[in-house]
Amino acid sequence: MNGKQYWRSLGQRRESAEFRQWLEREFPEQASEWTGSRRTLLRLMAASFGLAGLTACRRPAERILPAGRGVEGYVPGRPLYYATIMTLSGLATGLLVETHEGRPTKIEGNPEHPSSRGAATAFAQAAILSLYDPDRSRSVLRQGRRSSWEELAGFLRSHFEAAGRGEGLWLVSSAIGSPSLARLKALLLEKHPRAHWIEYEPLGREQELEGSRLAFGRALQPQFRFDQAEVILSLDADFLGLDCLAPAWITAFARRRRVSSPSDGMNRLYVVETAYSLTGAMADHRRRARPSEIPALAQELARELGLAASLPVVQPGAPRSWAEAVARDLKRHRGRCLVLAGPRQPAAVHALAHWINHALGNVGRTVYYTEPAVRTQAERLHDLAAEAASGGLRTLVILGGNPAYNAPAELDFAALMRKASVSIHLGPEADETAALASWHVPEAHFLESWGDGRALDGTASIQQPLIEPLFGGKTAAELVALIAGYPRQRAYELAHEYWTAQWPKGDAERIWRRSLHDGVIPETAFPEIRPAPDVPRLRSLSAAPPPAGAELEVTFLPSASTYDGRFANNGWLQEAPEPVTKLTWDNAALISPATARRLGLQAGDLATLERAGRRIVMPVWIQPGHADGAVSLTLGYGRLRCGRVGRGVGHNAYPLRLSGAAPEAAALRLSKLGRKYPLAVTQEHHSMEGRPLVREATLEQFRRQPDVAARQGPKTEPFSLFREHAYTQGHQWGMAVDLNACIGCNACLLACQAENNIPIVGKQQVRRGREMHWIRLDRYYAGGEDDPQVVWQPVACQQCEMAPCETVCPVAATNHSPEGLNDMTYNRCIGTRYCANNCPYKVRRFNFLDYHKGLEEVQKMAYNPDVTVRMRGVMEKCTYCVQRIEEKKIQAKAEGRPLRDGEILTACQQTCPAEAIVFGDLNDPESRVSRLKRDPRNYSLLGELNTRPRTSYLLKLRNPNPEMESLESS
Amino acid sequence: MATVSSSTESALVLGRPSLAEVTRTVAGIVERRTPRAWWAAFALTGSLTLVLLAMLGYLVTTGIGVWGNNSPVGWAFDITNFVFWIGIGHAGTLISAILYLFRQRWRTSINRFAEAMTLFAVACAAIFPMFHVGRPWRAYWLFPAPNAWLDLWPNFRSPLIWDVFAVSTYGTVSLLFWYVGLIPDLATLRDRAQSRARQVIYGVLSLGWRGSARHWNHYEMAYLLLAGLSTPLVLSVHSIVSFDFAVSLLPGWHTTIFPPYFVAGAIFSGFAMVVTLMVVARQAFGLQHLVTMKHLENMNKVMLATGLIVGYAYGVEFFIAWYSGNPYERFAFVNRALGPYSWAYWIMVGANVLAPQCFWFRRLRTSVPAMFAISILVNIGMWFERFVIIVSSLHRDFLPSAWGMFRPTWVDLLTLAGSFGLFLTLFLLFVRFLPLISMSEVKGMMAAREGA
Repeated sequence: MNGKQYWRSLGQRRESAEFRQWLEREFPEQASEWTGSRRTLLRLMAASFGLAGLTACRRPAERILPAGRGVEGYVPGRPLYYATIMTLSGLATGLLVETHEGRPTKIEGNPEHPSSRGAATAFAQAAILSLYDPDRSRSVLRQGRRSSWEELAGFLRSHFEAAGRGEGLWLVSSAIGSPSLARLKALLLEKHPRAHWIEYEPLGREQELEGSRLAFGRALQPQFRFDQAEVILSLDADFLGLDCLAPAWITAFARRRRVSSPSDGMNRLYVVETAYSLTGAMADHRRRARPSEIPALAQELARELGLAASLPVVQPGAPRSWAEAVARDLKRHRGRCLVLAGPRQPAAVHALAHWINHALGNVGRTVYYTEPAVRTQAERLHDLAAEAASGGLRTLVILGGNPAYNAPAELDFAALMRKASVSIHLGPEADETAALASWHVPEAHFLESWGDGRALDGTASIQQPLIEPLFGGKTAAELVALIAGYPRQRAYELAHEYWTAQWPKGDAERIWRRSLHDGVIPETAFPEIRPAPDVPRLRSLSAAPPPAGAELEVTFLPSASTYDGRFANNGWLQEAPEPVTKLTWDNAALISPATARRLGLQAGDLATLERAGRRIVMPVWIQPGHADGAVSLTLGYGRLRCGRVGRGVGHNAYPLRLSGAAPEAAALRLSKLGRKYPLAVTQEHHSMEGRPLVREATLEQFRRQPDVAARQGPKTEPFSLFREHAYTQGHQWGMAVDLNACIGCNACLLACQAENNIPIVGKQQVRRGREMHWIRLDRYYAGGEDDPQVVWQPVACQQCEMAPCETVCPVAATNHSPEGLNDMTYNRCIGTRYCANNCPYKVRRFNFLDYHKGLEEVQKMAYNPDVTVRMRGVMEKCTYCVQRIEEKKIQAKAEGRPLRDGEILTACQQTCPAEAIVFGDLNDPESRVSRLKRDPRNYSLLGELNTRPRTSYLLKLRNPNPEMESLESS
Repeated sequence: MATVSSSTESALVLGRPSLAEVTRTVAGIVERRTPRAWWAAFALTGSLTLVLLAMLGYLVTTGIGVWGNNSPVGWAFDITNFVFWIGIGHAGTLISAILYLFRQRWRTSINRFAEAMTLFAVACAAIFPMFHVGRPWRAYWLFPAPNAWLDLWPNFRSPLIWDVFAVSTYGTVSLLFWYVGLIPDLATLRDRAQSRARQVIYGVLSLGWRGSARHWNHYEMAYLLLAGLSTPLVLSVHSIVSFDFAVSLLPGWHTTIFPPYFVAGAIFSGFAMVVTLMVVARQAFGLQHLVTMKHLENMNKVMLATGLIVGYAYGVEFFIAWYSGNPYERFAFVNRALGPYSWAYWIMVGANVLAPQCFWFRRLRTSVPAMFAISILVNIGMWFERFVIIVSSLHRDFLPSAWGMFRPTWVDLLTLAGSFGLFLTLFLLFVRFLPLISMSEVKGMMAAREGA
């Protein structure tokens, strides 16, 4: 070790900025906070050098506690799991992150956390890829040139000393759910009382809180208990999809759709919406409506329920009988029903929903109220604009978010930013906002920084990092602490100090460690509030806007891939097919088939969209079941300053998005451009062609004929010419997928991608039909194209016992294991593709090109070391996560005990919020999967081919309201 | 096995040339200075061959992704080309072996030519199974080479392995058969050779042939045995190639009629290719008196017959699809005729079923331009037959969610063109350096006639 010599020369420069930066990046926590003697420094440095040389390990030292096992027992090669949280729009969901040798590789939901209950969303699953995104911002930028945190600190110190009481200081942050950040915000505003702080989210839920203010006189967060609700009416709330604030909602909802015998009950879901959402697909009755019709319908419903009898009928043509039938059904289920409104609905609709719930006795049962976890204030951006216009804006600090890209169009945020003499932007990438800011600070990823956050119900958690910042990012709390001149500046101290101060002194450290381990801080959920409705005000409320004369109304949707644009550089998400349209790598203006016919448009036609004097160009996609006379625009695309993956992908819809109470309904002009735009969809055919693939029945039919699933298939008794294997020894793996629970959300697809090192192939390859996902979510439409129903079917390798792929492989690269798995031997495969041709499920995926080519080292860190990375020319497919099976088998064997049912979870199963996928041992008659296989709803996909798939499906059920059938047939 | 009437025989060699004249005509082609036209043709086909090599190089270095293949269409141009070329390779052995055993004397003038064509077609065909695999550097795993490390063998249940045996056997036997038939003629060339190089090369190749009665005796026996050996191969190769499809469970592939249907189709396409090339060659080299209208007419008759079998098979497939009641199969055939690839299907029907009907008319059957045009159409039609079988079955099978479309890339198209380049280049080399008509057999036939 010649560290000393090395250090003598560097030590002479230890005051220099580079040196300090280097310190911060390379050494454990204590080292960079060094205040001791030169001798101590040398000792530390020497030790660090030794460690760095040996392991190059960036795992933060001792303060992270594993959820499963202690670090003491750490065995290299075996993964460790840590609890943390991911925050989206200010709301936290609990995660459990798998790390290999200090390198996070896989995200799961934290079973202890009330928001996730073990499930993780597609966004959470894909966060691993964002962590290792080489396009993330890597250094502080001053006017676009490399700078350093120290230089910024120096600048801020002098700048804010001059700023006095905060005149002209505006801060725009993302929604703040973090209690410690909220405290820092208060401290900063105390120090700079003239400063303004706006919490802004492009997909904020201001209307929801405003609705509760209208109904109850104060801002309250409704909390839903979907497992208590027998009848649910969603007014444009995609609560199973992108408006879902907690995966646990889906779990609770799906549990009420578990039917295993004719005596079981099932909830009923009514959905009113414009575009086709995941929630709409699950609906037992879905009503498509233009945006302006939804408030009218809500009002109609209130009238039917006897709440707003005084209100006039707004639209004579309103679907009265529909509302009437729903109202009757709701009334029949007093205290067991639930009405909820979506974030795109005006406050009045939310207020009506609150009122209806209250009147039906649902409050305290299916819905209760708490303090809101986040309060965003998009409307205050107008004050900022006014200040900028009057020349009063001096310093603009943007803490996370990308308002230059996503702020309401009429504000012209870019011009506004230029008016500030100093603008500081904190963000994970050098985005549109960073380009306009005088300072840009890279923001640390949540997997590499300390923090905290609150779930929707108030439960707080510590955000525990799993790796040191790869690119030296900072958190919002650190930047605020710096601006506020707070004595403590490190993210860890800020979170630790805040929380330990909340607890009794002697116990604080213990509770802190316990909270880190569990991923939740005990007793932090908000208490229930019992508000009383302000009936006179509600009576005077008119939810419905005047009938819009507009030919085309517009509504803006979050993207299932990029959310609000923030995940644009995530290839996994970009390539994940949008659940309903199956579009990848693009967004499109969604219109109904009838509207398309009226406007003479075809899918893929480019069109000019014009609204309030602004104009964008976007391709059109024809969405069966979309409301006529309306256009749905997906936000989050067309990013121009973005990493290599997301730059220029899709078209930006934000320029048409204006703020205001009901901004969505303003008229839009759409004209055909006469050019085509290539769109990449993963499913080009949408009908089942009358084949019994997804088998579906109503609850009534199932009760009359429990074997209806079998009856829908062909009556064949296939026999085999081959001598069959018995498969009676040892474990026999199998899977059952409950089509009645599956909501089609893509979480399994992303989980599989992360677990199994599945590459992305890009738009051109998707257009060629070469996407690599091992699990596919088949989406079929049933019924007419104007108003069809949607069914989902997740299809991965079915692990056939009589596998057609196995007999035709000339080199015996795919074979059956004694445990019934259809194994793929990658290094024996020569890639004839015969197996894929002979697979009736078409679930085999071929590496047509080298899809792992040209990856940077940091990207390779995302790979799961337990799974081979496949080379080009090789076939691959679902393995039932054989690496997980083997891991648990070895563990059970080492511990000298039999495997427990449910111990092995496949990646898709583990993350599925609907618990639709069950995997286990078919040889154990009491395993969950064996019991599901005995369920009368169980059937095999293409079973008539005698492939004997190990994966089977459970009949999809719908629970229509018998009163409404006549309505809908008319 | 009818005895051939002298009038038929006289139609097989016109103008009563002397034996020496036959030798002069045929050997002269090889011995003359290389004609400019040959060089022009060679430059063209040689460039196409280079294109093939470039495409294969690009394929190996980049991946199967340079083609249009995808999921669900795992095979497209690659296997289409393979089956097409293997089919072409059927005429030679059929003419040489089966017609030989049946004593069809009209085969003598065309058998050498057809056999050479067979070999070159098999060579072209062999490229595709080797290069269509994702890792061609491991393609040798398809052979049952004992593996020292893992004791791994190929999967003998897989039709692709059967293919390997069938095609390699066929290639080997065809080569032997062709070569044995060449020996007396090679000796003739050796004897007539003017240069030392020619003497040595043809001398070595003719294996010391002296034309003694003992030689002829052995030669005839060997030829007969090889003919007997080749005969079942003519039927087996394409039967086994058809198993690639028939053994699978894909609707449109899983059909019991495939073996005879494929064999008939192969003979059909093989004869079409012989006619295409023969018509050009006899014109170019002035062989009208040796390859007479009678030969061409007979080949056209074979095309008519096999074309009818193929047409029957097309019909029966539809009947069985309907009669079986299997909804997937019904769909596959309706989709074939009316789906997105229906254009390919109707090209196939038009070229393979309708076009050969012209051969019912003697005037068209004996018209060189007509038969040339029809034979080209049949070649196109038979290529499309394989394309239709492979692509239109794969692109829409059981689960509509997994349906897709295949669109060829420029690499697909250039590889196909390049394979023609290789085929024609080999052919040009053949006509330049080897006697394209079996002199000994033609003379034998003439001698028999003289003696009668």
